[in-house]
Amino acid sequence: MSGTFVGMPAFPTAARAALGDTQLRRNLAHATQTIRDKRALVVAEVEDWEDLRLAGAGVKEAALRDLATHLETLEASLTRAGATVHWARDAAEACAIVASITHAHGADEVAKVKSMATAEIGLNEALEAEGIAAWETDLAELIVQLGDDLPSHILVPAIHRNRAEIREIFQRRMGDVGKAAPADLSDEPAVLAGAAREHLREKFLRAKVAVSGANFAVADTGTLVVVESEGNGRMCLTLPEVLVSVVGIEKVVATWADLDPMLRLLPRSSTGERMNPYTSTWSGVSPGDGPQEVHVVLLDNGRTRALADDVGRQALRCIRCSACLNVCPVYERVGGHAYGSVYPGPIGAILNPLLNGVSDEQTASLPYASSLCGACFEVCPVRIDIPSVLVDQRAAVVDSHRNDRVPSAEALAMKATAWAFSDSRRLAWAERASGIAGRVITRFSRTTLPGGRAASGRLPGPAAGWTGARDLPAPPAESFREWWDRTDGGQR
Amino acid sequence: MRVALQVTCVNDAMFPDTGKAVVRLLRHLGVDVDFPSAQTCCGQPMVNTGYLDEAVPVVRTFVRAFAGYDAVVTPSGSCAGSARHQHSIVAERSGDPALVAAVAETGPRTYELSEFLVDVLGVTDVGAYFPHRVTYHPTCHSLRMLGVGDRPQRLLEQVRGIELVDLPMAEECCGFGGTFALKNADTSIAMGADKARHVRDTGAEVLVAGDNSCLMHIGGMLSRQRAGVRVVHLAEILASTEES
Repeated sequence: MSGTFVGMPAFPTAARAALGDTQLRRNLAHATQTIRDKRALVVAEVEDWEDLRLAGAGVKEAALRDLATHLETLEASLTRAGATVHWARDAAEACAIVASITHAHGADEVAKVKSMATAEIGLNEALEAEGIAAWETDLAELIVQLGDDLPSHILVPAIHRNRAEIREIFQRRMGDVGKAAPADLSDEPAVLAGAAREHLREKFLRAKVAVSGANFAVADTGTLVVVESEGNGRMCLTLPEVLVSVVGIEKVVATWADLDPMLRLLPRSSTGERMNPYTSTWSGVSPGDGPQEVHVVLLDNGRTRALADDVGRQALRCIRCSACLNVCPVYERVGGHAYGSVYPGPIGAILNPLLNGVSDEQTASLPYASSLCGACFEVCPVRIDIPSVLVDQRAAVVDSHRNDRVPSAEALAMKATAWAFSDSRRLAWAERASGIAGRVITRFSRTTLPGGRAASGRLPGPAAGWTGARDLPAPPAESFREWWDRTDGGQR
Repeated sequence: MRVALQVTCVNDAMFPDTGKAVVRLLRHLGVDVDFPSAQTCCGQPMVNTGYLDEAVPVVRTFVRAFAGYDAVVTPSGSCAGSARHQHSIVAERSGDPALVAAVAETGPRTYELSEFLVDVLGVTDVGAYFPHRVTYHPTCHSLRMLGVGDRPQRLLEQVRGIELVDLPMAEECCGFGGTFALKNADTSIAMGADKARHVRDTGAEVLVAGDNSCLMHIGGMLSRQRAGVRVVHLAEILASTEES
């Protein structure tokens, strides 16, 4: 069974550890660069890409604006089509529903389609506690599960692993839980995929119950949609007798036609493909074809909390493509585990605080895990302004501490800075003080910047964060303001 | 046209030569630039760290200082971005309709230097001379918040004597990010190390950008590495002449 993120340290601490992992840095740099380049190529060939982004954002925004109505329509359409609809307020309720359906069929295992919603609610661990084994069938999820590992990416959760590591995991673990890997397993991708295929086939053919998520839920037709690359998802969606789908309530779109921009945006943004290999759609039960018992668990788990946030609401437009992860310079260097959630990267840095609030230190560190470079917003297929939401969530973190009895050093520094910046006379005074410091540093410093300006080398205390790796120019003896006054703007 | 220089707090206190270069450059181009002494900071350090209430008086000071000017020119993509895209957030937070109106009026009049030169003055050849091998780093906020595009490069291409070389992975963030550089120092340094490596790979003597805060970060690393690369603000190259 894979582990959980419970008890993870705050981002800066987790990031520091990750930055020291040379293999991880290499794997990530290679993988994100490859997928970034693929995406850029296939996006560039779409002439009306910006219009398509607007259309995609529009579809999701319209659905969110009238979410209650669309969900009721979805429930009615699904029920009409023979599916059973369940409503789950949180992770515990959703997990209990899936467990009880599985128990009702006397099953002790389920085959799983890759699903972020089930990862979010910790379904595998909850089922295990109920004596039910949940088999991940997506290749990358299988690697994570066999390796007792945690996912580090939304789309490719084993992105932190290279093929040599995958070979080792398959050889060591496959035999414990099913068909073993061949003894002469090599690290050729095709050979590794072949071993996974043999291992998984047994699970597909045996499973009575399958569990999936959904990329989209179409309200007017009662159709769920799963988009994938491997076909393993389709095996789960078609072979077992019972299918349970856990679907976040934000996955709803109003009409079948709304899928048009979404299915064009998603593959290009996520895998960098013009079209994904397998798109499965199903509307309830089709007599004599596929699962004859279909359940849909509609999951809140913090989504209505996010919906109530005027600025953050747009994060619910997310279609889990991962383009923001692949382009993020922070993610590229620290990887997904440092975010302490199944939703890492820029989208995770806003989604986690929006779903869960910022009362715990780990979640509160996430909105700060960004340099606000804006690369994520640029690639987002549904135009989520991630930098603006990050800033807004930072404000939420600060506001949550406004009534602390002892204010933090940062809060005091910010108040002092704001006080100085509120009146130019105060700033001028501070600059005179810094000019004096500058003269002292210039006199005694043994460090000079290229070009000759004096600088500070390593300093202790609060300056260590900056000067540990960067020389700091000495303040000039005269500020611009003083120069302007002295020379009448350079005219004297 | 009444033009005000918003020198920025970083340049005022740490890089006055950049402010002087803007003054020289604009005068050379026939613009009578003023420095409203009531100015302080755009408020971005507070906003981007989440201290919105604290930013309110700073933004109020900003709009008061620059009231009545036809254009506000700033040698910083980040501060122009703050005025154009973030002041409205702070004003909304204040609940003061007068401040909301004032920032809506000031924001669109605020230009980053290269925007002002190319779009307002309509010049790309400013008559500069800078005989050095130079590489240009497009800072994130100038690129993605403002969309300055290739304006800085168009200005640099016209500089006599300059040898411009492309920076690999130029559009990737240097890792400065304001308080990010302190709150997530390790990640910031990891990003900066890669940026510094790309700069060194160009063999340039000078790294130029439109934001001294990013240059302070990259330049601080290059200096620590004894890389022998100097960082210079775009304004200072554009204000360089054969006489200087």
